[in-house]
Amino acid sequence: MRHLLSTKDLSRDDAILILDTAAQMAATQEREVRKLPTLRGKTVVNLFFEDSTRTRISFEAAAKRLSADVINFSAKGSSVSKGESLKDTALTLQAMGADAVVVRHWASGAAYQLAHGGWLHGSVLNAGDGTHQHPTQSLLDAFTMRRHLVSDPTGADLAGLTVAIVGDVLHSRVARSNVHLLHTLGAKVVLVAPATLVPVGIEPWPCDVVHTLDQALEAYEIDALMMLRVQRERMTGGGSAFFPSPAEYTRLFGLDGDRLRRLPDHAIVMHPGPMNRGLEISAEAADSPRSVIVEQVANGVAVRMAALYLLLAGEEGAQ
Amino acid sequence: MSRPIVIENASLYGDTTASILVEDGVITAVGEVAAPEGAVVVDATGLIALPGLVDLHTHLREPGREDAETIETGSRAASRGGWTAVFAMANTNPVADTAGVVEQVWSRGREIGLVDVFPVGAVTVGLKGEHLSEMGAMAHSKANVRLFSDDGVCVYDPVIMRRALEYVKTFDGAIVQHAQDLRLTEGSQMHEGEVSAELGLAGWPAVAEESIVARDALLAEHVGSRVHVQHLSTAGSVEIIRWAKARGISVTAEATPHHLLLTDESARTYDPLFKVNPPLRTQSDVDALRAAVADGTIDIIATDHAPHAAEDKDCEWAAASFGMLGLETALGVIQKALVDTGALTWRDVARLMSENPARIGKVDDQHGRPLAEGEPANITLVDPAAAWTVDGAQLASRASNTPYGGMELPGRAVATLLRGEPTYLSPRFEGAFA
Repeated sequence: MRHLLSTKDLSRDDAILILDTAAQMAATQEREVRKLPTLRGKTVVNLFFEDSTRTRISFEAAAKRLSADVINFSAKGSSVSKGESLKDTALTLQAMGADAVVVRHWASGAAYQLAHGGWLHGSVLNAGDGTHQHPTQSLLDAFTMRRHLVSDPTGADLAGLTVAIVGDVLHSRVARSNVHLLHTLGAKVVLVAPATLVPVGIEPWPCDVVHTLDQALEAYEIDALMMLRVQRERMTGGGSAFFPSPAEYTRLFGLDGDRLRRLPDHAIVMHPGPMNRGLEISAEAADSPRSVIVEQVANGVAVRMAALYLLLAGEEGAQ
Repeated sequence: MSRPIVIENASLYGDTTASILVEDGVITAVGEVAAPEGAVVVDATGLIALPGLVDLHTHLREPGREDAETIETGSRAASRGGWTAVFAMANTNPVADTAGVVEQVWSRGREIGLVDVFPVGAVTVGLKGEHLSEMGAMAHSKANVRLFSDDGVCVYDPVIMRRALEYVKTFDGAIVQHAQDLRLTEGSQMHEGEVSAELGLAGWPAVAEESIVARDALLAEHVGSRVHVQHLSTAGSVEIIRWAKARGISVTAEATPHHLLLTDESARTYDPLFKVNPPLRTQSDVDALRAAVADGTIDIIATDHAPHAAEDKDCEWAAASFGMLGLETALGVIQKALVDTGALTWRDVARLMSENPARIGKVDDQHGRPLAEGEPANITLVDPAAAWTVDGAQLASRASNTPYGGMELPGRAVATLLRGEPTYLSPRFEGAFA
């Protein structure tokens, strides 16, 4: 594996290797000294064209715990705003000798372009590109599900599990990444969204689509319920009209205490964060014992350590 | 006076083999020709002779974006592609919405002399869709403008469109529409379908084109005017044009080489060279367009040659400009997609790329004429066996944004004559004219 751009590129074995490696990484984080020497001398650049303190900190912590040198590069500009272009930024990073570039970008495909543009020689790790993919998020989601829902997790996939993903699928890189990865790992995926927030052309996706949360709770034995963040302004402002009002969205798609109690006893509640409490998820659901939302954050560091390790250390092992 | 030219043993329209004598810019004999003394004799065995090609849809970028193309570099690209006339779109800076700008473009084209440049005037001032531009002044200028288009943007307001259609009847003009519902395509990046869903690029629904095509066909019928629809890209648009023609509406339609060859699958590379307006569609749309070109529902093939500076393409897909080069590759692409597949004959190519566009553009007194005695010697020689590999850097355009880089095309123009003057000669003929 040279780059991590899309979960669509991952085979079942790739995905399980990352999850198993993440489990090992997580175990090291229980020790007193958490820092590993594995990536000493390697340079990891966090290249963020879009604000995301959470994801950046998670990657930064992962790289530092593997003893890599970390450079944070916040490129707020873009070719649109007449800032530095993606190409020039990439050439700059290449000149600085980046071994891996973790990129977050507002444009779908930017990570792919960085990896395939011939500008950079290092590995590219997609930390979210537009509305396309966010592979480490879905890997940490799968890792969290496996930990909670699979009795003997090491080496296992997610066969037999049913995962419902609720919300703005149209604009969600988290949903796109999860649909492919969870399918590859053998889970059944159910997308729950108003028809306005389901992409035209979704038919080939390996998942079911239903249009209210109640319907999903009724028709499926859900093991993991993942609530997506709703961007309030994007949904109803400027004539975009994806749904009539936040109140109606909450009524049809929000996870409240009543709906929470309709889940099977073992089911977990997930959210990639940051949450809109009161819109897609109530405080009762977010803070309930079933919620693994905070643990997702911790698992994010372990999964990102695994990804960096496999991209950078694995490369030398192969030589 | 230049020397007479004898084109020996060409295949006229791909049908009959004959020789052509050109003297003083005119075809003076076709058939068995005895070369006059001092004549340049060109062996055209194996070559197809077509009337000089006419591109109803070209962006020459001058004035305003001379870093992407100039009238001179675009004219050279046109002549190398086999074109003897191009219609230059109005979305320059300043916009070609006054007699002054269209006359400047027209006379610059004549000065260069590699291709007849016919300016297309803007329908609305500044392409803003609000006020009609002074189309009458452009029509009566030296540029003699007959086609009007806001190409790049749609004439979206139905009242403005109606008035424009009515108004151009005054001087037998036509409105050339870029059919795109602006609200349905806000932020749109590529065809809305399975590929856009997966790639996370904002979708451009087929209906955004089709609804405007239908509206404008009905408006043209209502006011009894003539509308030409640019770059049809969907199977639905084809159906609407077919219906409108059956109903007797005065509508004509064009397709581009890229919409006849490429599909939305190419967006998987996220390479903005494949980003174009309207977007590349699905294979079933390509198939419908090919059928419509073959059965005459689509009247012409035009390039929508759209040069862009490197920095406008070497960036994120969403940040990149729409458009691709087309003048030099059009013949090869059409041969590959339609002639070699048996959908079109070379006779059809002459109709689609020369005769019909000349008629729609109202220049059929000079262009798109028969290869016959007494006609102006606008002639394109095509070598259907001259396979070549496209390389953006080798094209004559100032920009290099071709989507066909690395692709092998089966044939190309090898000589172009404009009123008897060679405007392009492939190296094999340079000696004969030396």
